[in-house]
Amino acid sequence: MIGLHHYLTIAAMLFVLGIVGIIINRRNLILMLMCIELMLLAVNFNFVAFSRSLGDDTGQVFVFFILTVAAAEAAIGLSILVVLFRSRHSINVQELNEMKG
Amino acid sequence: MTFHAILFYSFATFLMGAAIGVIVSRNPVHAVMFLVLAFFQSAMLWMLIEAEFLAIVLVLVYVGAVMVLFLFVVMMLDINVEVVRKGLTRYVPLGIGVALIMAFELVQLIWMRSRADVSSGLFSPYPEGYNNTKALGSVLYTEHVYAFEIAAVILLLAIVAAITLTMRKRPGIKVQNIAEQVAVRSKDRIRIVKMASEKRS
Repeated sequence: MIGLHHYLTIAAMLFVLGIVGIIINRRNLILMLMCIELMLLAVNFNFVAFSRSLGDDTGQVFVFFILTVAAAEAAIGLSILVVLFRSRHSINVQELNEMKG
Repeated sequence: MTFHAILFYSFATFLMGAAIGVIVSRNPVHAVMFLVLAFFQSAMLWMLIEAEFLAIVLVLVYVGAVMVLFLFVVMMLDINVEVVRKGLTRYVPLGIGVALIMAFELVQLIWMRSRADVSSGLFSPYPEGYNNTKALGSVLYTEHVYAFEIAAVILLLAIVAAITLTMRKRPGIKVQNIAEQVAVRSKDRIRIVKMASEKRS
């Protein structure tokens, strides 16, 4: 039967895939933002699974707030990206080194 | 294998495939599409454990708003895919190493170190007539109402921040200055010149 462990395993695999995506896609800021979304999705998976397993709806309310904050984060991150692309004509992360001491 | 398990494994397989597609695809548009697929499969998996409200919210908010925003930005910036593609494989060994270590540790933690009473963890089905949306709403608007209002403020903050970040003054564009137009007097516009009348020739 499908239980808590299966959902936790899926969440763990999603989180690992998100981290690997951030490591691999070092050239593209948009892909890094998308990998952050994947990791947030993994966290939400854990919240939903534990909420259902423990029979407490607070976990699902928390997922609601995480979705809100993630939407705000995506909007601000993408607008920063647009401003960056306007001034640099590139979103390559490795070229963004002016602040290096 | 029950029908429930078959559904679970098929959704999980598609979810993992979509997540891998997100991180390896060269074209950012394809990556966005794979992410949309991943969110859909996640919504289906949440639907399987009767978290219906969040499943619908995931599709509406994420696929309907956030991913469309991503798609807009991806298509608006003309990224040079060739440059992005170059040197992609340099970090792959590091990534695979980190993935193996983390996956090993997490799976060990989940499957081997858990307590016996939790590990039986089957999701008990809700009783007949249970309404997930109603249950969440009754908790959200009573116990967590302050957090709910703070969430609204965070969204307002996101709106203001996104608009102020991307707003720019463009030179050479004709715009109205409404205040100046409203405050105009008649003597600013017309000037009466007194002069002697001309003689008829």
